[in-house]
Amino acid sequence: MAIANRGATDRSHAVVAPFEEQEREGWAAEPGGPPRRDSRWKRFRKDRVLLLLMLPGLAYFLLFHYGAMAGNVIAFKDYVPFDGLWASQWIGPENFQRMVEDTDFWAAVVNTLWIALLQLAFYFPVPLALAMLLHSLTRDSVRRFVQSVAYLPHFLSWVIVVALFQQLLGDTGLLNSALGDAGLHSVDIIGNPDAFKPLVVAQVIWKDAGWGTIIFLAALAQVDEQQYEAAAIDGAGPWRRFWHVTLPAVRPIVVLLLIMRLGDVLSVGFEQMLLQRPAVGPEAAEIIDTFVYYKGIIGGDFGFAAAAGLFKGLVGAALVYTANKIAHRLGEQGVYR
Amino acid sequence: MSAVRPSWMEKPRPVTRAAKAVALTAVVALVLVPFLIIVSTSLASHQEVVDNGGWVLWPQHPTLRAYHQIFDGGIVGHALMVSAGVTIVGTAVSLACTIGLAYALSRPGVFGGRPVLLLILFTFLFPPGMIPGFLLVKGLGMLDSYSSLVAPVLINVFNLIVLRGFFQSVPEELYEAARLDGAGDWTVLRKIVLPLSKAALAVVGLFYAVSYWNAWFYASIYLNSDHWPLQQVLRTYVINGAQIADTGVSEAGMVSAPQTIQMAVLVVATVPILVVYPFLQKYFTKGVLTGAIKS
Repeated sequence: MAIANRGATDRSHAVVAPFEEQEREGWAAEPGGPPRRDSRWKRFRKDRVLLLLMLPGLAYFLLFHYGAMAGNVIAFKDYVPFDGLWASQWIGPENFQRMVEDTDFWAAVVNTLWIALLQLAFYFPVPLALAMLLHSLTRDSVRRFVQSVAYLPHFLSWVIVVALFQQLLGDTGLLNSALGDAGLHSVDIIGNPDAFKPLVVAQVIWKDAGWGTIIFLAALAQVDEQQYEAAAIDGAGPWRRFWHVTLPAVRPIVVLLLIMRLGDVLSVGFEQMLLQRPAVGPEAAEIIDTFVYYKGIIGGDFGFAAAAGLFKGLVGAALVYTANKIAHRLGEQGVYR
Repeated sequence: MSAVRPSWMEKPRPVTRAAKAVALTAVVALVLVPFLIIVSTSLASHQEVVDNGGWVLWPQHPTLRAYHQIFDGGIVGHALMVSAGVTIVGTAVSLACTIGLAYALSRPGVFGGRPVLLLILFTFLFPPGMIPGFLLVKGLGMLDSYSSLVAPVLINVFNLIVLRGFFQSVPEELYEAARLDGAGDWTVLRKIVLPLSKAALAVVGLFYAVSYWNAWFYASIYLNSDHWPLQQVLRTYVINGAQIADTGVSEAGMVSAPQTIQMAVLVVATVPILVVYPFLQKYFTKGVLTGAIKS
């Protein structure tokens, strides 16, 4: 009975309503007949164990996501730490006006978009190409070994990745001493603002290109071997099989990932930038997130920083929402419904 | 894919095969050579590092001196204990809360299930923001407490969805059978769902462990420096180039070059990841995650 009732609660309200009426009139559901919906209280009691299990997690989301979200009102206040968040003066959109007039803020926005664009152009194709290469290997052992090695950097922290790059590409690193041995000029990469953006993209490729192949490899594994066989029998060579069988298989996932990246364009690796900003300066490395960090947590201008953060959150949400709509319009499955 | 070439596939031309071999070797070398250099340099003697200009590919006379120094000094040893503690406790608490929530949300028609799920998915769309999060942690009196490294990141929505998807794939007949035997939701979770979900639990648990081990940002804003975990110590002493003051390394620079010390810290921070990695890797090949990602 309990199981049957679970099924009933999943129905749409319109279907369920008549059964509720039956209940009010005191009808009992016949055995084997349509399941009856319990009253709210009864369902609550029946699920009490599940609700208890749910409670800590739910409390976390309510407090640290929705509670924190409510704290965004600080963007409309003149925050004085002594008065606390709720007692501080309302000042309306003043923080946002300051933000709009702040050239540093817009420089951070430009940097963010610029880095996102570079990553799209130079990072995005790498996992796809690597996945194609791995997929084309016929020997399982080789493919597994390369996969294992290529996934590894994804699990290292940004601190380790940045430190590695410093040690290898810095003044005394591997690259420059090799260049020196070869009698060539050393190159100034670490701490050079002009080289920073390519460096950032290279770091992302090193860390995540291997991991990024997973989703493409999953799509490629879905392709029916018979399609390749049929194409081969019809006289299609390796190149045409690639063009007509392999590429169409990954097209939907490529479109989906591109759209998701569009929705996430305002986030470009906060930890990565924060770690390296001291070395190259804000002109090269300031993004919206580090701007919020330096203005708020370092500078103590909490209302202003929260305004910039809220701006990013709202625009980001609108972008993600739009991206999903586009994905659905194109017939792809979005991130959420 | 089988190890044998399918009959319809022609043998690739030598040029193609050579190009593939070069590309694959390059990928493997780009990942592994940096590790080799870091480990080698940490094991090299001061003279060798200086002679070679700051790094060593293969130490002539390997020595553990750098490791002795960082562990004798206290800071790195203490940071290691902090990282291990936060990782173990954080992973246990996160996993327990994620299991509870994922299990409740995986049961069809659970009281309040749909609104709670929507509430959680909405946080994907609109994260709360750094400043409100900081003020909340401060307001809750969690500054300079290790709970500030765990509570704000208690549940990862992606991990939650992976686990929920896995719980949902447990055949409904098993639930019904258990119920007929008089088992409640708690017993079903313990006796049926968890034992059947070991692979997913391992993956989610290791994901949590890796993220706690790798975290440093919250520690940098919430904790005093004498409570820092290893990654934040690494950031300060390797990336920002500060001296590891109270180890006496600055004066004892003749004994061990700063590079070897830095590399040794780097190795210590990386080794736990390398140790758990094969276990993680095992489950990726089983496709535990890819199935969940798509659903």
